[in-house]
Amino acid sequence: MRATLREEAFDADVRLAHSDGIQSRMNPLATIGSTFLSFLTALGRLALFAGSAVGHCVRPPIYPRLIGRQFLEIGYYSLPVVGLTTLFSGMVLALQSYSGFARFSAESAVATVVVLSITRELAPVLAGLMVAGRVGAAMAAEIGTMRVTEQIDALTTLSTNPFKYLIAPRLIAATLSLPILVLIGDVIGVFGGYVVGVYKLGFNAGNYIQSTVQFLEQIDVISGLVKAGVFGFIVALMGCYHGYHSRGGAQGVGAATTNAVVTASIMILIANYAITELFFGR
Amino acid sequence: MTDQPKIRIRDLHKRFGSKVVLDGLDLDVGVAESVVVIGGSGSGKSVLLKCILGLIDPDSGTIEIDGRNVVGLPRAEREAYMRKFGMLFQGGALFDSLPVWENVAFGLIQSKRMGRPEARAVALEKLAQVGLNEEVSLLSPAELSGGMQKRVSLARAIAIEPEIIFFDEPTTGLDPIMSDVINDLIVKCTRELGATALSITHDMASARKIADRVAMLYDGRIIWAGPVADIDRSGNAHVDQFINGRAEGPIQMAVRRS
Ligand SMILES: Nc1ncnc2c1ncn2[C@@H]1O[C@H](COP(=O)(O)OP(=O)(O)OP(=O)(O)O)[C@@H](O)[C@H]1O
Ligand SMILES: [Mg+2]
Repeated sequence: MRATLREEAFDADVRLAHSDGIQSRMNPLATIGSTFLSFLTALGRLALFAGSAVGHCVRPPIYPRLIGRQFLEIGYYSLPVVGLTTLFSGMVLALQSYSGFARFSAESAVATVVVLSITRELAPVLAGLMVAGRVGAAMAAEIGTMRVTEQIDALTTLSTNPFKYLIAPRLIAATLSLPILVLIGDVIGVFGGYVVGVYKLGFNAGNYIQSTVQFLEQIDVISGLVKAGVFGFIVALMGCYHGYHSRGGAQGVGAATTNAVVTASIMILIANYAITELFFGR
Repeated sequence: MTDQPKIRIRDLHKRFGSKVVLDGLDLDVGVAESVVVIGGSGSGKSVLLKCILGLIDPDSGTIEIDGRNVVGLPRAEREAYMRKFGMLFQGGALFDSLPVWENVAFGLIQSKRMGRPEARAVALEKLAQVGLNEEVSLLSPAELSGGMQKRVSLARAIAIEPEIIFFDEPTTGLDPIMSDVINDLIVKCTRELGATALSITHDMASARKIADRVAMLYDGRIIWAGPVADIDRSGNAHVDQFINGRAEGPIQMAVRRS
């Protein structure tokens, strides 16, 4: 019931935002003020949208078939791109830290640096950004097209709530599948570092593995997976939000797609700092 | 009460920005009656349907369905009365991620909780009624011609056997013979199944066939409404001009004549 109320308020907000007249644009203070206000309005709209979307994720009806399809789309089909990015990140990290640390003879730290950077930072952030480009854009385009061709209206007339049918499955699947993707990416990234370390830089294989696990703590991996979950949520949320509110034909859908990727990427980087601060900032 | 109309619209207003589309519109549709709304392109016919469906919020006025005002109803309650409705969208609005048969079966599966095989059988039957065979049912909507999409959309609208059906230009883009098949189908829905129908059309032959009553929308209001038999002697210059398709008359199209 709460979520329904929020949804109503949210719709009212949309209406308000669109009925705003054009105000005087001459006064610079007014310009700053109105930009700031419209930023706040947008933020509020997004928060209401997110609240109502999450509300629909946890209340029936749930569509397992659609969630499954999104899992395939977001999780499975993103494996190659996430695998490749983390593999090469692990490799370049080993190379970079080796040549850098050689300056103060700390080459032995290479394995630790690789595993910590991959699990804490690189795997989640790179996977998040890659998925934002791959999946977030596709979501915005698909939902946006459904909006401008009245398919979302048609859903409603067939007594199906678009939040439940379109948005909830995407949010659920993205939030759950990104951590799995990142876990796989962790392994591949560390493996990339291992390959470069052992076959190019001449580390002893046993030693490399030992120093990889020696200083690794659970929290390193867990913080990365938490980040992944949050990033997945952000990507799906921005994709759905911009798609759902697109208007004006092909051009509107194009703008929605761009906005979805750009805002998701920025929010991922901001959230990344915030979560790091939460886990490790003292 | 037996004479309570199925749909009763009073003083409906809707504008987009400064553009007034509906300006105090009144309309009644009786139980099991078929009303056709005619009116020029851009006069607000589709907006009227969307207001009734709750897809657009009117600025003011009331829309009563079975005696209950549905304007401004919260979404949860709106969903309940949506179950009475079927809608054929002007642009088709087929779900392009689903094959044709699933489009038609959508309402049965989602809102009537019918099993997929059973819903599929019903969908195939409805498709057959609009002249589409089993082969077509496996295609995706993007693979159909415009007229075929329209017919699938029609099949989808009537598949759940709604109490009230809205047809937004059901015969536009169809050949004359198929138009007549569709007209018969609409008549069958209303006369035999007892559904209430509110249709929009530019096609006067179709209007004469499917309508019990005709209402003309002009300038945001219903300027004339009456039995279809009276349409040729409406005594209203606007209606006369419209049904006879004359460029000269009280309705001035906003085009520049050179
Ligand atoms: N979402 C919207 N935003 C702004 N204006 C709109 C919107 N929907 C419709 N309009 C305007 O409302 C007017 C009526 O549109 P509507 O689609 O109801 O016309 P119509 O009578 O169905 O025409 P046609 O016979 O060509 O389908 C048009 O001038 C249109 O520009
Ligand atoms: Mg129309």
